This record gives sequence, C-alpha cells and structure tokens, in this order.
Amino acid sequence: MARLTIDHLVKRYGEFRALDDVSLTVDDGEFVAILGPSGCGKTTLLRQIAGFDKPDAGSVRIGDAVVSTPGQHVPPERRRIGIVFQSYALWPHMTVAENVGYGLDVAGVKDPERRQRVNAALALVELEGFADRRPALLSGGQRQRVALARCLVTEPSLVLLDEPLANLDVHLRAAMEREFARFHERTGTTMVYITHDQAEAMALADRIAVMDRGRILQLATPSVLYREPADDTVARFIGEGMVVPVAGVARDGDATCTADVFGHRVRMRCDAGARIGGEAHACLRDNALRVVNGATPGVRATITSIVYQGGRFRLDAAPERAPGVPLHFGVAEPCSLRPGDSVTLAIDDGWVLPGWVTRASGR
Amino acid sequence: MGSKTATSLTPESTADDTSITSRTSTLLRLVALTPKLFEDYALLTWLVGVVAVLSLLPLARLVAEGIAPGGTLSTDAIARVLASPTTWTATGHSLLTAFGGTLLAVLVGTAVALCVGLTDIRGRNAVVFCFVMPLLIAPQVVALAWLQSFGPSSPLLKMLGAAPAMGSRNPLYSAGGIILVLGVQYAPLVFLTLRAALRTLPQELIEAALAGGAPPRRVLRTIVLPLMTPPLLAGIALSFVSCLGNFGIPALLGIPGNYVVLPTLIYQRLAGLGPGVLSEVAVLSMLIGAIAVLGIVAQESMLRRRDFRISAATIAARPFELRRLRLPTEVALWTLIGIVLVLPLCALVLTSLVPAVGVSLSAATATLDNFRFVLFDHAAARRAFVNSFGLSATAAVVIVAFAIPLAYFLVWRRSRLLRAVNLVTEIPYAVPGVVLAIAAILLFLKPLPLVGVTLYNTVWIILFCYLARFLVLGLRPVVAGYHQLDRTLEEASQIAGARLPRRLRTVIVPLVAPTAAAGALLIFLTAFNELTLSALLWSSGSETLGVVFFSFQQGGDSTYAAALGVLTVIVSVALMLSTLLVAKRLPPGVLPWRD
Repeated sequence: MARLTIDHLVKRYGEFRALDDVSLTVDDGEFVAILGPSGCGKTTLLRQIAGFDKPDAGSVRIGDAVVSTPGQHVPPERRRIGIVFQSYALWPHMTVAENVGYGLDVAGVKDPERRQRVNAALALVELEGFADRRPALLSGGQRQRVALARCLVTEPSLVLLDEPLANLDVHLRAAMEREFARFHERTGTTMVYITHDQAEAMALADRIAVMDRGRILQLATPSVLYREPADDTVARFIGEGMVVPVAGVARDGDATCTADVFGHRVRMRCDAGARIGGEAHACLRDNALRVVNGATPGVRATITSIVYQGGRFRLDAAPERAPGVPLHFGVAEPCSLRPGDSVTLAIDDGWVLPGWVTRASGR
Repeated sequence: MGSKTATSLTPESTADDTSITSRTSTLLRLVALTPKLFEDYALLTWLVGVVAVLSLLPLARLVAEGIAPGGTLSTDAIARVLASPTTWTATGHSLLTAFGGTLLAVLVGTAVALCVGLTDIRGRNAVVFCFVMPLLIAPQVVALAWLQSFGPSSPLLKMLGAAPAMGSRNPLYSAGGIILVLGVQYAPLVFLTLRAALRTLPQELIEAALAGGAPPRRVLRTIVLPLMTPPLLAGIALSFVSCLGNFGIPALLGIPGNYVVLPTLIYQRLAGLGPGVLSEVAVLSMLIGAIAVLGIVAQESMLRRRDFRISAATIAARPFELRRLRLPTEVALWTLIGIVLVLPLCALVLTSLVPAVGVSLSAATATLDNFRFVLFDHAAARRAFVNSFGLSATAAVVIVAFAIPLAYFLVWRRSRLLRAVNLVTEIPYAVPGVVLAIAAILLFLKPLPLVGVTLYNTVWIILFCYLARFLVLGLRPVVAGYHQLDRTLEEASQIAGARLPRRLRTVIVPLVAPTAAAGALLIFLTAFNELTLSALLWSSGSETLGVVFFSFQQGGDSTYAAALGVLTVIVSVALMLSTLLVAKRLPPGVLPWRD
C-alpha cells in the first residue's frame, strides 16, 4: 500500500532540467536513501513527492493512488505522509506536546486518545519529560527527536527525511543514525532519506539512489553500489573510487575477465550480462592496491604525496604510463616511502564499468 | 477509480476525461474538492476583489467624472477649471511649497541620517525617536505649535519679553512659513529612507576603501554617497508627494494670509459651494494627482522606488569614530531637535495653559480649563474622541486582519497578478489625500446599488477611505514579517494535514503577530492624527479630532486647539513608547521611530 512509484518525472526551471526523467520505486517498508552532491536535484525530488511542487511530465504514485501528474495534483495536506525537515521546522510558539499533537488535532483525534498517542510518540524518542517545554529550550538532538515524533505520531505510510542530520555535530550524528535505524526496524515505515553524506546513506539505507544533475545514475544496495558502480560518476563519488582506462578486456568466466591496466594484466570482475571486449573503464578501490617489491610484475608509479591519517598513510601516485590518471592507496605505519620514490603496485581487484562498456560498444 | 476519489488522495483536476465513468468520477471529485477550492482560490479571489474595490474603484470613478461629468462626455468642467487663474495660482503655490519643503527636508534629513547611520554618536535611539516624532504627530498640530512659537500671541516669546507688538503679522503666515514647517515635518521621511539603506550598506565596501588608504571623508564622498543615490531619490520623491498632498499645514498657515495651494483650494470650493461643484473639484484633484504621479514617475524612471520601512539586516557598517568632533556633532543634533521638536511642543503646551488668546502666561494665570473644555464640555470634541478612536482602531484591526492572508499570497505564491495587486495597494497612499477623498465622495454620493444605503455624510465613508489609504501601511510590516519566517514551518503543518485556514490560524498568525501589531499601531497613529480625508468627508456627528482641531483654530480658539493638540500628542507618544517594550521581537525597520 505504501509503495512509492516515481515514473519518468521531469521538472524544468526555464531551460534548466532540475529533474530529468527520474524513475524510482520504493517498496513497502523499505528505507531508500537519495544521495547526491548539493544541486543534484534531490531536494526538488523530495518536494515533488511531498506535493509542494507540480511536475512538468511523469507521475508520482503513493500506494495505488496517483498523487502527481502534470494534470492532477493532490495537495501535500492530503498525501498522508510525514516529513522531517532539515531545519526541524518546530513551531516556536507551541510546546513539545503541542508540536507533536498538531497532526492529531488536524485529524480530529480527541483526548484521551490524543494525549495517549502523543505520550507514546514522545516515549518512542525518549523525551517523556519534555512535553511542556518550548522548542527553543531543547538541544539540537532533542529538537530532531521532537521532529521525528511529530512526523510519526499520525502513523504516515511514507516518511521523507530531508538531510535530517546536517545541522547536528559529528558525535550526535552517529547517535541519531542509530536511532533512525532502530526506528525504521520498529515501525516498518517506508522511508525516503535525502542526504549528501554517503557514510550516512550506507549506514542506514536498504538501497541508495545516486543522483547527479537531475538524473538517477544508479539505484542499488550499498554493497553493490560500492562493488559494482554503474558508471564513472558513481565510481568516483562512492568511496572515492579510481577510474582508470583498461585495454584488451577479455571475459574468462561468468562475471570475471582479464584486462590491461597501464600495461599490466589484471583479473577483474565484470557484469555477467554485458557485452565486453576491447577498451573500457574500470573502477579500482584503494584497498585493492598493494606495494610489492620491484621484481614482481605490476604497475610502476611515482609517489606524489603522503598524508598521515592516524595509524596509516594515504599515498597518491602517478603511474609512469599515464601520469594524468592519479592512483591512491593506503600503507600501514611505519612507512619509509617519500614523495618522488618509485614503487611497483599490484592490483588485486577491479570492476569493469558497465555504463562505459555499453556506450563504447554502441559507438 | 470512482470510489477512491472521495478519499483523501483526491486529485485537483484531471487532464482529459472522456468516458462516462470518468465523468461521474469528475463529479465526485468536484464535490470532494469544494472545501479545497474555497480555501485557496476563493480566498484569493476575495482578497483581490477587496483590493480592487478599495484601491482602484474610487480613482476609476474620479477619472470617469473628469472625462464625463454627470455621465455625459464633456470638456466643459475641464475647460472651466483650466481657464480659471485661481487654478494656476494655486498650482504655482503648490509647486513652490512642495519643492521648497522637499529641499529643506532633504538637507536636514540627509545630514541627520549620515550622523546617525555612519558615526559613533551616543544616544542614537533617543535621537531617532525624537527626530522621527514630528512625522507621527498631526501636521496641523505641528503647524499650530510653530505658529505659537512665533508671532505676537506666542506665550513663549511673551515670557521672554520678546513677543512682537500686538497686531503684527505672524511671520509663519507665508510661503516661507509653509516651506519651513513642511520641511521639518517630512525631513524624517528622507531620514528613514536613507537610514534603512545605510543599515544594509555592506561593511566590506567601506572597509575595502579604508584598507585602500582612503580617509573617511573621501570614503563618504566616493563610496557612501554614490551608493545612497537610489534611496535619496526615493526619499526626495516621497517627501515631494507628501508636501504636495499635505492639507493641515497650508490650511493653518496659508488660509489666513490667503495663500492658497491646490488641496486648500479644493477644500474651500467644496466647503463653500457643496457637492454641486464636484465636477470642477474632480478636475482639480486630477490635476494634483497628475503632478504627484509625475513626481513618482520621474523618480521611477531614474531608479526603482525603494521601500523605506523594510530592509534586510546585514552586518552593518562599523561607525566612523568622530573623536574630537563627537561632542560638537551631538550638541548640533540635539540643538536641531530642540528647535524642531522641543521648542514648538513647549509653545503648544504653554498655549494650552493660557486662559484666553493674548493673555500673558504666569503661575497665576495658568489653567487646565482648556483641557476640561475639550474633554468634557464641548460636545463635538467629545464625539470626535470617540469617532477618532473608533475609526482608527477599526481601520487598524480590519487592515491587519486582511493583510495577513493577502501577504501570504504576495510573499509565498508569487505570480504576475499578485505583483500587480501589490502595486495597486500603493496607489491610494501615493496619491494626495484630497484626491482619494473627492473620489470617495463621487463614489458614495448616490445610494449604493442593490442595497440602497448612502454612505455619504456618514462615518462609514471616512472608514472606507482609511481602509483604502492605510492598507499599505499595514501590509508592508506584515510582508516583512513573512520574509522573516521560515516557510518550512508552514509546510510542516501542511504535511500534518492542515488546510490553509487552519495553517493561517494556528501557525502563521501567531508567528507574524508582532509585526502585524506594529503595522496596526502605525495605522492607528496615522489615522488618529489624520485631517486631510476627514476635512472633506466629515458631517455633523462624524467629526474626527483633526476636524474639531481645525475648526477651533479657524474660529480663533487657538487655546482649545492647543489643548486638543497636546492630548493627541500625548496619546501618540505614549503609543510609540509602549512599542519599544516589544521592539526586539520585530524585524529592523518595521518601527520607524526605533533605530
């Protein structure tokens, strides 16, 4: 019933396409994060789902009901969804209990049921003693929890969270992250979580939709997103993947192949269904790169910088064959290498980017 | 699909319904939609309709009368008015006093604004409060206060033994006198416009010039003053239109010396000959309206008009240190305030204590009889207190109640129509008061169609004009209040399921209440001190304080007029002071009398 279906949604502002043919399905009870840099269109998408804006093409369905098309539009107050705003948007002239109970008032729920449900919602976010406080007297984390309680008290079938942790400091963020996860487990509500922070998205979401320039580039579980990015942009964005050109790609198994990386033959993973061969791009992770002694075959590279990161060093290097394609990897303490040193790198794993393959073979 | 349309997930409209089943569902949908339609579009239609009736209808009626007097197309009235030498004498006088008053206002207002806005003088709030006060005291009261500061019957000069001989002419009964008092009255307008702009002048611009090695004087000349051109032009236009439309000052200072300007000419024609001359008066109103519009257009064409009450607060420029010049500057400012505010008000208070015009004031002769008379004995004055309080309070409450939903659409639902509505609300305040008054007389002289009720000669025509003229005074602070509001607060209540009326009631009204209250107070003060409209619209029973004050003064009862004036000043100042208690909760610039 609370399945969210977004179908070929387009939103233009003049010439600019804020949403460019966006399609996305969120299953009942699923927690989906929409991840992207600022200006990628994720907030525009949230406002479309909530009904604050009307689309230029495409549709939004909540459950079985069509709520947004260019011709018909259910106003936000009738969509029965919940939102946790980035600014929390707590009404400063109402107490915590009044804030939380507002939606129940609107729905015509009377005391004692109303009071009971407000108390239950406050208990859920562990704010029992705070019912009569004003929002101004609460800390950032407490305000966040009030916003959460307010959003959940009416038991909406779909909850939208708009960068809810962006205004909190780092250690509070981790605590709230756990709280959201617990919450989702307990209530089973369908949740759409907007964020620009991939650690947050990975920690919380069942699936992540990566957005850039108004398009969804990939919708997948966090692990698939990390291991099998769909294209260069996703590969670079998620976990700071390195995108390198590869040549002589040859399949040698269902989902494996070999390819030349800077003149060195490497075994890689690839998409089982894709047609591969010849040239392509591949995504490498820093933990797949290893410094080996000079006699072993590998990629020759020159160290360009070394940064200490606590217990380990991050090294940046320029391959001798292609100095313009930077590599980076970690080395445990102690490390005797200096910038300018030459090293040989073994590559243990890689992923041939299917998006690139498809485009290249179509040419 | 048919049964589902009645649930909460109901579409607003559908693109293309052709089959019979979808037609049924359209019908169901319409039924389900009625409340939704009511709250958004019906409310907006209603608001726009009211604005049209208040702001456009009277002036449209006036223009119609000018072109087609009595309903038939004719240029007789226009020709008659334009052929009359009186018309051109009054026009010349109006232009002279308006330009003169504006020049004085600009000189004084700019100097004070630069001192307050850019330097480190002490007691800034007190300076602003005192300097702006004349703007919120009735012009006719200010004029009387100045009259009583000079001239043979001045109690002040008499106490000092410096009064001119009895029978000699008061120097203020002249064009120069009118210009002086107009300049003093409207210098605060120029001051406020510049002050608001200086408040938003980015600190970096001044610091960059100082860092570049420019001394403060050079920074003022090369950076600050050029950037202040738009607000200065706006201030000039604003004070020109205000000087041109002012009735109270030329009525008190010009009529006795037979120095007639357009507003007083219209008043005299109408008072002397009655509604029979309406066509001629309409032409005169259009003439003065045209001059005012020309003034605004001239300024608009140079630069877009700025709103002097609303300004976003940025990091204000750090004040220049005056060092050795600080004390002399402060002394000069307070001397100016002494001359333009304290001295005239003292003269007014002293006059109100004199038992009869011409009697010397001393501890033995001072009396409160004048106050007793205007408060308790004089029937029209007693009525006027009730009328003015009632009219001003009603106008303030009604306008603010109307402005809150209107501003919701103006600020958060931008559209071309709404931009037009925003401009239209300014018209009745921008045109001279006499123009609006004549327009209202034309509109309401005959009984209203359908209901058959006549508003002319009742208190309701005055209320109508107050609503039309002061709408923008209430609207601007409310708009400023919305701009300060985080819209997600409204969206959160929308997501909670609240429709527009409930959102307004439970979330928006409580949050814009402080600025709305400031707007209401501004309306109350302006209406309470108003004379221009009611001088033309009053009838027996619907006198306002301004009208009674004016008739006391015209009848030679300056002492009663002074007592009434003192009472209105006390009410105004008390209200201004009371707002300072809540001033911290308001956006900067909403209260003109607070820095």
